[in-house]
Amino acid sequence: MSRFIKVAAAASAAVLALAACGGGGDDSSSAGSSSGGATVTDAQVDAALQKGGTLTVWAWEPTLKDVVTKFQEKYPNVKVDLVNAGTGDKQYTALQNAIAAGKGVPDVGQIEYYALPQFAIGKALTNLNSYGAESLKADFNPGPWNSVNSSGGVYGLPMDSGPMALYYNKEVFDKYKIEVPKTWTEYLEAARKLHKADPKAYITNDTGDAGLTTSLIWQAGGKPYQVDGTNVTINFSDAGSQEFQKVWQTLISEKLLAPISSWSDQWFQGMGNGSIATVATGAWMPANFVTSAPAGKGKWRAAELPQWTAGANASAENGGSSLAIMDKGANKELAYGFLKYANDGDGVQIRVDGGAFPATSKTLADPKWLGDEFEYFGGQKANEIFAKSAQNVVTGWSYLPFQVYSNSVFNDTVGKAYVSNTTLADGLKAWQDQTTKYGNEQGFTVK
Amino acid sequence: MTTTTSPVQASPRTGKPVTLSSKKRRKGSVLLTVLTALMAAYSLFPLAWLLINSTKTQDGLFSSFGLWFDDGKFALFSNIADTFTYGDGIFLRWLGNTALYVLVGAGGATFLALLAGYGLAKFDFVGKKAVFAIVIGAVAVPPTALAVPTFLMFSKMGLTNTPWAVIIPSLISPFGLYLMWTFAAQAVPTEMLEAARVDGAGEFRTLFRISVPLLMPGIITTLLFTMVATMNNYFLPLIMLKNPDWYPLTVGLNSWNAQAATAGGEAVFNLVITGSLITVVLLLAAFLSLQRYWQSGLAAGSVKE
Repeated sequence: MSRFIKVAAAASAAVLALAACGGGGDDSSSAGSSSGGATVTDAQVDAALQKGGTLTVWAWEPTLKDVVTKFQEKYPNVKVDLVNAGTGDKQYTALQNAIAAGKGVPDVGQIEYYALPQFAIGKALTNLNSYGAESLKADFNPGPWNSVNSSGGVYGLPMDSGPMALYYNKEVFDKYKIEVPKTWTEYLEAARKLHKADPKAYITNDTGDAGLTTSLIWQAGGKPYQVDGTNVTINFSDAGSQEFQKVWQTLISEKLLAPISSWSDQWFQGMGNGSIATVATGAWMPANFVTSAPAGKGKWRAAELPQWTAGANASAENGGSSLAIMDKGANKELAYGFLKYANDGDGVQIRVDGGAFPATSKTLADPKWLGDEFEYFGGQKANEIFAKSAQNVVTGWSYLPFQVYSNSVFNDTVGKAYVSNTTLADGLKAWQDQTTKYGNEQGFTVK
Repeated sequence: MTTTTSPVQASPRTGKPVTLSSKKRRKGSVLLTVLTALMAAYSLFPLAWLLINSTKTQDGLFSSFGLWFDDGKFALFSNIADTFTYGDGIFLRWLGNTALYVLVGAGGATFLALLAGYGLAKFDFVGKKAVFAIVIGAVAVPPTALAVPTFLMFSKMGLTNTPWAVIIPSLISPFGLYLMWTFAAQAVPTEMLEAARVDGAGEFRTLFRISVPLLMPGIITTLLFTMVATMNNYFLPLIMLKNPDWYPLTVGLNSWNAQAATAGGEAVFNLVITGSLITVVLLLAAFLSLQRYWQSGLAAGSVKE
């Protein structure tokens, strides 16, 4: 049996290796000239939409289904094949396999911001500047817009964004008379107080989550990743990363974190029954609360993220994704027409109505949207908090051009700090080393 | 997803005169009974959990004790109805796909194993030893290890994302071939074939009219093995298929399970559990209806006469 598992592991490693080939090897850039002016005009895109054709879109975002329906009503000659090829990294593996094989590549793919640089630098995506995407800059929030700018081009249109907030179970906080923390130091105090009052309750859950770790370092002003072309620096010893380590190491050492992984059924259960008291995550979370933790209805509220420096108002992004056009896809004019409709046109409102969190500046300033009262949050106008968070995202953050791989080894390295005597600092060091090694193997110069 | 039921052995008869030897034997069988009972409980435990939890609503799953029913709420029937109607009835489509893969894949694999195994057992030809070595070697290679090379090959042939990508690899069952081979070597007397030939029957007629009835237990056993393998096939369809319309139940249910894990995703754990129960029940039904042959087939080849 163990032999079988080893072989299976080797097979999945082979998939990852293939993925790597897709990401780094191909040097021929067939489409997407440099950042020069538009080579395809809006008129050409419109003509393609009228002429019609078939588009294959790989995405897992649930509200896109309605967008596709309305899009096909508006452009009856276009047939959109919306395929859920897996969520997150599962889809990336499938995508990279298809790219490596050269067949079965979709026209459009949903790609999260953290993964976009990897696909962009691997020349898997079309530079949208040749379609005049640069002129859309003002339509989007600066955070998501920066995220789709990579390797000197625009490689996707922002679909949603995840400015962070602290969601907390007010009922639990009231019951034990705990103040909603304004700083992470207060958060630590609240964690101690809560766990002491009810040993079954935890301030939050965490078993090691690369997305949360990088987002909190981002908020603390840390810039562990510096990317300049193929020259990359990874360094978790800057001040921001240290701040994060201090607080989180204490939470781990004092066993104040529930040993429950995010997105597991236990997680939803904990949010419903009060054993998980807060969740710090992106503004897209409310829809998940409603459908997956219905028992918490009316008990939860949103608040600004606790601060690393008292009195500051820094925020960060967590999650969020774009739609990108595959370099090997066919019918790119049509694909661009769909991207614009879904992420900048009528599609935005359809998705917001479906509970998605927008990336467009127009929606974020819309008084009607800001005034939305969230039933789940006891009638709170939570969008005001999210919009404020979106404006306060710390600038200058970038992800690695091999972040997908890096995040995949997070649990083997940093994850150890959550379950053994390994310190968070050692875990981060191991993560840095392993990522550095991989980056160098892929042809980057990593320091 | 394979679940085999192992019946608890009947406790040894009591009231027998207590001699030294029977005392010894009784001790041994009590231990054996306990061990068997433990194994039975161990195997049945997940099934019991599945059965209990398929009666709960999505809310009930989180708010009630995992090993007992949710008070006052019995949602099994609404769960079954929801499973078949959720997502425009995609579950039914997956069920049909699985049936297709099992019928064509496992059925085809059994037929090919029959032809090849019979041929190898009853005919002499050059290179038979080499074929034997290759088949034995192939038994040792787990299909999972071949999934990625197969994907790349099929991708070049333009077969990925089509049902063929799942069916064609399922047609090959080295273990089934080996089983048919050893079974045919013993179950079909060569003299009988010679008699048939003398009477003027062609080779195919001999095979289908004379040998196949004799080989029935072996065929059913091979069919069951390949059926279970095809029904449980997960990794191959996972990498081959991207279009949910062609998913088998395994991959489809997993996609339901994973869909909560994203912004705006909807958790349908109750449907995942109910869907799994339906899948298991189908496999159980196949097992129970073919069990007689299964047992006689398992013992085949174990004793040399």
